[in-house]
Amino acid sequence: MTLPRAVAGVRAAGGVGAARRDPAWRGRLLWLALAALLLWPALRAAEFTPWTLLDARSLRVSAGYLASFVPPDLRAPFLAEVAQATWRTVAIATSGISLALLLAVPLALLACASLSISRLGGRMAPLPFVLRQAARGTMALLRTVPELVWALLFVRVVGLGPTAGVLAIALTYGGMLGKVYAEILESADGQAARVLLINGATRLQALAYGLLPAARAELGSYTVYRWECAIRSSVVLGFVGAGGLGQRMDESIKALAGGEMATMLMVFVALVAAADRLSAWLRRELP
Amino acid sequence: MAGPVAPLAAGMRLDLEAVTLRRPGASGGRRPILDGVTLRVAPGEQLAIVGPSGCGKSSLLLAAALAQRPDAGSVRLDGSEAWAAAPRRRQQLRRALFLAPQAPPLPPRQRVVTAVLAGRLPMLGLWRSLSSLIYPDDIAGAQQALAAFGLGERLFDRVDRLSGGERQRVGLARALVAPARLWLIDEPLAALDPVRAVAVLDELCAQARQRGITLVVSLHQAELAQARFGRIVGLRDGAIAFDAAPAALHEGQWRDLYAGDEPPAMPAPAPALPPPIPAMCR
Repeated sequence: MTLPRAVAGVRAAGGVGAARRDPAWRGRLLWLALAALLLWPALRAAEFTPWTLLDARSLRVSAGYLASFVPPDLRAPFLAEVAQATWRTVAIATSGISLALLLAVPLALLACASLSISRLGGRMAPLPFVLRQAARGTMALLRTVPELVWALLFVRVVGLGPTAGVLAIALTYGGMLGKVYAEILESADGQAARVLLINGATRLQALAYGLLPAARAELGSYTVYRWECAIRSSVVLGFVGAGGLGQRMDESIKALAGGEMATMLMVFVALVAAADRLSAWLRRELP
Repeated sequence: MAGPVAPLAAGMRLDLEAVTLRRPGASGGRRPILDGVTLRVAPGEQLAIVGPSGCGKSSLLLAAALAQRPDAGSVRLDGSEAWAAAPRRRQQLRRALFLAPQAPPLPPRQRVVTAVLAGRLPMLGLWRSLSSLIYPDDIAGAQQALAAFGLGERLFDRVDRLSGGERQRVGLARALVAPARLWLIDEPLAALDPVRAVAVLDELCAQARQRGITLVVSLHQAELAQARFGRIVGLRDGAIAFDAAPAALHEGQWRDLYAGDEPPAMPAPAPALPPPIPAMCR
């Protein structure tokens, strides 16, 4: 047991007697023990048995599959195919995010309490309060349904193809972006916007001159991160027939074509890394 | 500087009537921040509010700026009952007043020119205000306002490159471009050195007088208030202790205003000077 020894060490380092002891550590220990106690049944319920990964048969299967990844498939016709699929995946993600913004921005502005004029006097008036709750509820509904479920629904309506993927991403991401935008705006320093409202500016003016200058870097980097997530989503949606890299991966997995998988995974890593660089650049360069 | 006020029609009339303001969420037992304050300010008048820290100076300005709804009493701007009016009318009244809080409300990453021009927002439509973010709408106006406070050179600097005193002056420069007829300025000199403080206060008073704007300033510096204002309102424990011309104030009143933690001792002989000490009847 390492824990009691560590505690003894702390006690020795703390010097004389119980007076020097951190009064909070007993509580911390309790919470840690409680968390471990709760985690155990969860792991059991999830049938989490990592050691099956390490038995001889599993190792042989994994090794065989991974070995087929080398060398990556770099034949020109396949690369052209991958390029086209990649372009389609990025296009689905970007269109989806753009549509999601159309949903998210108005909903976030509706939901954001920092831009409440009625709250200036003290309590928010009942009608704006109900409106804000309605906007929050709408966003919760939109993002509760996973994009995969939306996609399966839209595939039935509009048929197989990218349209279903774009619509699915637009709805789920509209809800997610709207919620987090509203929270970023509320946690930004609202004093500047509040004073503008007091001095007679409108909500949108207070947003543009008071809140956005304080929150735009956060908003920008969160949007780019969500775009990165949308690329991943659109790959997953490809597996259910939305086209793009996902659909191509599905074919390669079924054909046990490891070389093709390797190439596509590398493209995928490059995409995510590019999104990461873009986000870092935005945070640095946005004035 | 405490001369008679030019009777221009441009200034806004401000009437606070028995205004009581409690801390949000405070129970009835605790002393309110403002306790039945009555204050009438004529259009174009200039007055200073003085008093110890925590006496309610800032809250008085917030109540006058329609930023805090009083728990009791009324706030009238140009004679209209602000909190009884429709929200649209109230927002219209807010457009005609300018509140400068003690901590200048400037986003750190904004440029000075934008921060100053934000004062003009009430008279701009949405498109004009958005296009002003891309190319500043009135560079000359912003520069002139900054120059009045000795900051003409900092027009295109970012707010977070300024010192505390410079930020405070940027916040005041915003008043000069605002379409307001009532200036409510909270501790404008808090971050300034003594020499600069006098110049800034003089500029503020002169600009307000020139435009006929009603000016209410809260000040820590009792001497400056006495030297520059024709009317001084002493606030203590959320109530008005005196409201008079500086010449009419005697030393005992000043001493009582800033006296230790004991409750304000009302001097026994009621001074014959106008107005009587509890100025609520004014």
